[in-house]
Amino acid sequence: MQGLVKAFQPSSNEVQLGIKQMKIRLLTGLLTLLMPAMVMAGEYGLTVDRVKIDTGDFVKEGIGYNGASPGPVMRFKEGENVRINVTNNLDEMTSIHWHGLILPFDQDGVPGISFPGIKPGETFTYEFPIQQAGTYWFHSHSGFQEPDGAYGAIVIEPEGREPFRYDREYVVQLTDKHPHSGDRIMRNLKMMSDYYNREQQTVGEFFSDVSKNGLMNTVSDRMAWGSMRMMKADVEDIHGFTGLINGKGPSQNWTGIFEPGERIRLRFINSSAMTYFDIRIPGLDMTVVQADGNNVQPVSVDEFRIGVAETYDVIVRPKDEQAYTIFAESMGRSGYARATLAPEEGMEAAVPQLREAARLTMADMGGMPGMDHGSMAGMDHGNMDMGSSEGVSGMDHSNMGSMDHSNMKGMDHSNMKGMDHSDMSGMDHGSMAMGKGGPSDPFYAKGSGLVPTAANGGKFLSYSDLKAQDPLYEDREPTREIELRLTGNMERYTWSINGVKYEDADPIRLKYGERVRFKFVNETMMTHPMHLHGMWSILDVGAGQWNPIKHTVSVNPGTTVYMETEVDEPGQWAFHCHLSYHAAAGMFRKVIVEGGPESTQAKTGVVAEDGGEA
Amino acid sequence: MSCIRSLAAVSFLASIGFSTTVIAQEMISDTTARKQPLTAWGVQFEEFEYRYSDDDEELGVWNADAFYGTDEFKVRLLTTGEYEIEEQAYETLENQLVGQIPISKFFDAKAGVRFDTPEGPDRTYAVLGVAGLAPQWFEVDANLYVSKDGDSSAEIDAEYELLFTNYWILSATLDATVAFSEDEEVGVGKGLVSTETGLRLRYDLIDRAFSPYVGVVHERKYGDTADLAKAEGGGTEDWFAVIGARIAF
Repeated sequence: MQGLVKAFQPSSNEVQLGIKQMKIRLLTGLLTLLMPAMVMAGEYGLTVDRVKIDTGDFVKEGIGYNGASPGPVMRFKEGENVRINVTNNLDEMTSIHWHGLILPFDQDGVPGISFPGIKPGETFTYEFPIQQAGTYWFHSHSGFQEPDGAYGAIVIEPEGREPFRYDREYVVQLTDKHPHSGDRIMRNLKMMSDYYNREQQTVGEFFSDVSKNGLMNTVSDRMAWGSMRMMKADVEDIHGFTGLINGKGPSQNWTGIFEPGERIRLRFINSSAMTYFDIRIPGLDMTVVQADGNNVQPVSVDEFRIGVAETYDVIVRPKDEQAYTIFAESMGRSGYARATLAPEEGMEAAVPQLREAARLTMADMGGMPGMDHGSMAGMDHGNMDMGSSEGVSGMDHSNMGSMDHSNMKGMDHSNMKGMDHSDMSGMDHGSMAMGKGGPSDPFYAKGSGLVPTAANGGKFLSYSDLKAQDPLYEDREPTREIELRLTGNMERYTWSINGVKYEDADPIRLKYGERVRFKFVNETMMTHPMHLHGMWSILDVGAGQWNPIKHTVSVNPGTTVYMETEVDEPGQWAFHCHLSYHAAAGMFRKVIVEGGPESTQAKTGVVAEDGGEA
Repeated sequence: MSCIRSLAAVSFLASIGFSTTVIAQEMISDTTARKQPLTAWGVQFEEFEYRYSDDDEELGVWNADAFYGTDEFKVRLLTTGEYEIEEQAYETLENQLVGQIPISKFFDAKAGVRFDTPEGPDRTYAVLGVAGLAPQWFEVDANLYVSKDGDSSAEIDAEYELLFTNYWILSATLDATVAFSEDEEVGVGKGLVSTETGLRLRYDLIDRAFSPYVGVVHERKYGDTADLAKAEGGGTEDWFAVIGARIAF
């Protein structure tokens, strides 16, 4: 424990040096009093260790940092130069990737892309300037060490004032801890892709559907899915996990203490291998102030969905002397994480029941090419009515004038006759979430079974609610568009981009200084959180220069999502789906940024041309 | 700063000995510098059971396969056997070694050899087959066999699973064999040879790794094959009660 504390203090040399500098500067003028903070260099230490992980439901061997999983919260200050000594105490290679941080590519920690990795027994020193503020996280990018527990949080204090106030803050880091090791899970999925799916449709569900929708409708619905050999229940690949918050299972109940009336900033980080969570705190409004480390215009919500690898900072203000449950249900409702906010340790609030398991609909299959239309005769077309304006919303948000129909192949176009394209350019996306006839969200396929709703009937956060507080870049026309079809075969558990797995793919080549518009077309029935390393992903929510700046962009089934990237970091970077087993199965690319400052060009040679993994 | 300098040094060294560094680093198996296809392996006993027939015959039966390989190519070992407990003899014992490649979204092609070494004469066959998932969730495995002597036969296996719950699962199997020529020595007549139908109700006790089941199995011989069996003094139809477990690891 002592070692751990020590590891996080700047070394005494550094402090003394700092003081010395300060004395000299005091003489030179009052203004320079502020300087020491700006030239501060922090030295940090992390050891990568085999650890025991106790979820309350089971105990397993895993990997952690400084003797624990999750690892410590690394607290940096914007403007600081950090040196982080990472010692590998494992008997295998390791690496640490600083998720969301903007840094030189050779400090990004992806073996085979940024650097060769850290050998057993070796210490690798990461050294980079902190040029941003907010909530981020770090994790191993080697093998399945991250799902096995190798992750931790990063909190960066900003140089300037933040546009919101809070009295207290907590990191709320979620994960989906599974009793099986990552290697075993991958192997089982390759052996039987539905190995972990325990929400499959049963005989009982058949009869309840019959009584709801009639025999013929139910039979033809089952036949339609059966002919595609797709499962409506394919919302989450991995069931059987225990949701953890800051390393604590539901029964261990991590608790954050507050004084009634205080504003609490909760830094939610989803460090799951595979699981999206729907998060709510019954009895409390949440004001979302940050997404993926970047300030957004505050949005008040009752509930939000956090994709794998995303972060959201919310502010809550409990006024009563009572406990509140932080309840995080998995998107497919196969599991949950739970924690408590309370005025004192030991207090608890009611823990809600899991809602009914989510089911995909034909709308979620909308992106699939070559779908058999004949078998869809019995389908409920009401769900897919393209005639109303809100039906279009799942498609092309930015550019409604020239709609993108490419992802609608599987749909019945005959219903779309009445559509008027011309008047859609000025559409208000925000109001569309309130559209008639079931929940809708422009970032889900119309009629999707995945559209989230708030448990209390209130406001559920949508991507379209996210508007940047301060745009990082000037808004400009992209120099080109790159289409990335997200592809895969659930039955074989193969995942790819444009139908090509990582091992067979050429790198994506970008030019330093260009602004690239990435077009994600999700042709699978799974949701993919796409993460580009090293450069920001400006998610197109149709807000122009106020589009939010993210590092991970979730693409729902049957939808097309655009993001733009200012190519301002030279070197080579990883770009992949952040679901661990999708990335490892091949939904992964290397991105090479050509050109840029010459010094970085020379360094690219360090790393072998191939390699790299989630 | 020194870190960047040392990195630059490494970079220089690496660029000199670029092709050799990879080999030099191979002392430790590097799981991280992978851009090679993912390999997987698995072992599954679809059937591992005790059978008790309506005329008091007792059998120990298994039907298993093991694979190793990538998405593009797998080697698969399939083994099935029926051991007659009282007579301490293998009624059937088949082992196949095949290579498997994907040929469509849901189907693989297989080619290899099959060795039959039961009590009585042995046989070696060349195997050509397809296996995969047919529409409406039927697992299908169809094979063509040609023996060293040129006798050919075809076998089709189909399985369908009905989920009473996500843990109580009824599996229905049908296995039919057709011979295109007679091989009297091993009791096979031309035409439809035999069918085996089974219903097994299992419970997934430990993940999908250990699932005990009970069930019924019906075996029947047809046509010339039935005649050959009768001539040997054997029966042509059996009902079995079975108890066993589906195992995967």
